[in-house]
Amino acid sequence: MSIDRRKFLGVAAGASALVLAGKASVDALASGSGPKQGGTLANTRWAMVIDPAKCLKDKGCTACIAACDKVHNIPDFKNPKHAVKWIWKEPFKDAFPGQEDEYTTEQYKDKPFILMCNHCNNPPCVRVCPTQATFRREDGIVMMDWHRCIGCRYCMAACPYGSRSFNWLDPRPHIAHLDTDFPTRTKGVVEKCTFCEERLARGEGPACVEACEAKAMVFGNLDDPDSEVRHLLKARFSIRRNPELGTQPEIYYLV
Amino acid sequence: MFMLEKAVVGSRRYWIWVGCLLAVILAGFLCYLLQLKEGLGITGMSRDVSWGLYIAQFTFFVGVAASAVMVVLPYYLHNYKAFGKITILGEFLAVSAVTMCMLFIFVDMGQPMRVLNVMLHPTPHSMMFWDMVSLSGYLFLNALISYVMLESEREGVAPPHWIKPIILLSIPWAVSIHTVTAFLYNGLPGRAFWLTAILAPRFLASAFAAGPALLILLAMVIRKLTKFDAGSEAIQKLALIVTYAMLINVFFVLMEVFTSLYSNIPEDAAHLKFLFVGLDGNTELVPWMWTSVTFAILSLVLLIVPRYRKNEKLLAFTCVIVFLSLWIDKGIGLIIGGFIPSPLETVTSYVPTLPEMTIVASIWAIGMLMITVFYKIALSVRHQLA
Amino acid sequence: MRDKGLIFTGLVLFLVLITFPVWYDLAAGTTSKGPDPKLPTAEKDCVAPLEYMRTSHMDLLLSWRDQVVRQDRLTYKAFDGKTYDMRLTGTCLKCHTNKEEFCDRCHTYVGVAPYCWECHIDPALAQRSRG
Repeated sequence: MSIDRRKFLGVAAGASALVLAGKASVDALASGSGPKQGGTLANTRWAMVIDPAKCLKDKGCTACIAACDKVHNIPDFKNPKHAVKWIWKEPFKDAFPGQEDEYTTEQYKDKPFILMCNHCNNPPCVRVCPTQATFRREDGIVMMDWHRCIGCRYCMAACPYGSRSFNWLDPRPHIAHLDTDFPTRTKGVVEKCTFCEERLARGEGPACVEACEAKAMVFGNLDDPDSEVRHLLKARFSIRRNPELGTQPEIYYLV
Repeated sequence: MFMLEKAVVGSRRYWIWVGCLLAVILAGFLCYLLQLKEGLGITGMSRDVSWGLYIAQFTFFVGVAASAVMVVLPYYLHNYKAFGKITILGEFLAVSAVTMCMLFIFVDMGQPMRVLNVMLHPTPHSMMFWDMVSLSGYLFLNALISYVMLESEREGVAPPHWIKPIILLSIPWAVSIHTVTAFLYNGLPGRAFWLTAILAPRFLASAFAAGPALLILLAMVIRKLTKFDAGSEAIQKLALIVTYAMLINVFFVLMEVFTSLYSNIPEDAAHLKFLFVGLDGNTELVPWMWTSVTFAILSLVLLIVPRYRKNEKLLAFTCVIVFLSLWIDKGIGLIIGGFIPSPLETVTSYVPTLPEMTIVASIWAIGMLMITVFYKIALSVRHQLA
Repeated sequence: MRDKGLIFTGLVLFLVLITFPVWYDLAAGTTSKGPDPKLPTAEKDCVAPLEYMRTSHMDLLLSWRDQVVRQDRLTYKAFDGKTYDMRLTGTCLKCHTNKEEFCDRCHTYVGVAPYCWECHIDPALAQRSRG
């Protein structure tokens, strides 16, 4: 978050002499300079490497999605227009629009790809949020503060990956089993994958990764040169969704 | 107080009109209570089309609000006397339209009780923050200007000197509200339809056509109902402004169409295809868009040929179709078309629901009520009521 | 004084209306009753002194909320040196097991409706709905 703020400070200071902007800058300075407990966030950059080939072996498997839905109290709205999705499947051509052609995609075509929030290094959703209800943590997680969200849905318009869901109705009646360890959301706020930051805080990995029996998803710290994610990215070629948009996703798909 | 006493006396006709507007407002208010209780799920919006009629109407009325500058600028900067009588009408139109904009934003919020978070946590990197600053600033400027000007007219004294710089400030400010509103959509990497530098100029061009067209119609209605006559010189000059603005607007739209279709970049062309021929079997907006195109072409013919433009009966019709054409283009097509197809290339149908349309209608009614009351006050001050 | 009758009727009506809550409370006999929240019997220590909690628990919770969600700080060092996880359900409700007899009693009494529970789940309630 601090990088983004510093960046905008430069812009704000140059572009505007408005009092409100000045106040925001002071706020940003004040909160940006506060000491971080533990001090581990700064040298962490969380990322996920997904091996679609491994996942594709088991076509009907939805273990990762079910695990996420369960621990995060994701409602199941029957109406797809109101769907709340943190992690879900799409065919190759929708996950990577414009990249399909008639020959090479035979093995991928119509096969589901696992999608979730990309936790972009340069997240458009954070840029547009008028209340900083969504923000980028120092460890790269694009976080949601559901207490602060005003439900303007600007972030949904800004996200090029369709990773954000809005609570069009009260989600509670649509949750099969309430997990009391995690809050539900209220109607009128936006939500999305948070890389299981609540589990990371307890030293556990993301629920989807742990649920995947095929080990098709690997989660780790890109700032650690010895991490498995780094080894995988070094050894194999990978692609990211819509790289031309400059959002710098932290979800990598091995080819 | 604020000359409002002049709004509570009126003819039977006046009260029937006000009563009808209040009835629509009440219906919308009840629907809003339902939305507050159930959530925005009672609208036609969805995960993929996450902004609908509310935000689209907001966008259109920012244009109407900005267009006040088209009477203020010639009068104050070029000393064009014929606009002297109608500047106040333009400013009151701006006040009403900006209020409507704010209401459209407000009813679109999922958590309206938290809306002040925008001021509590000011975020200069969000265009929505700047939109709030520019809209509320514009509302304040125009409310102040119209009140001060009318008050001094009532007292029969010259307006205070300090109001002149404020009027001059309102001119660039009008441009700013529509520019910032275009920037709301402009800088979103995943939305090819809006990712075009010409969006803000296009917004302004369409605003300067739709706004003055509405002002002509209002002036004509007032002339029918009261002793106030804006004068045919002013109306003709406004018609000329509408002509140029509409030409420029159509030119800009054609530039968009060329860039998208000739470059043949799929995600750019997909939105236009959805709007004008339909995509994946969805042709929801196709009749609307062709209506808009037909009205635009027809209006240009009626505006460009001087004989037609000078015929005031015909001009009234022309203004109606200019307004409708741009209302469809900006108040429906531009926003909804930007969401379909989604970045994941899915086509999701969007049809506003009855409660949603009732809320929209009630905000229109609030705007009309404000216009009615403001114009009533202005004309009472000038003793020009029938 | 032409409208004497009208004016005095109005004044009386005004006085009756403005003092209505007093009469209502007297009639219903609610004035002398406090909210009487039920405190835990097993646990004696809270994260802050009673007086502070009574007046400012909402500020504490708001500060916890911002620290956990926005600053990734998870533990709170209390006045008596103990550390607690900054969690509403996990820490607060661990001792104050009955939300209805603790939180709700005061909130209903003073007529406030905090929106914590629109998202955070009262474990007891969840258990009951499951059972």
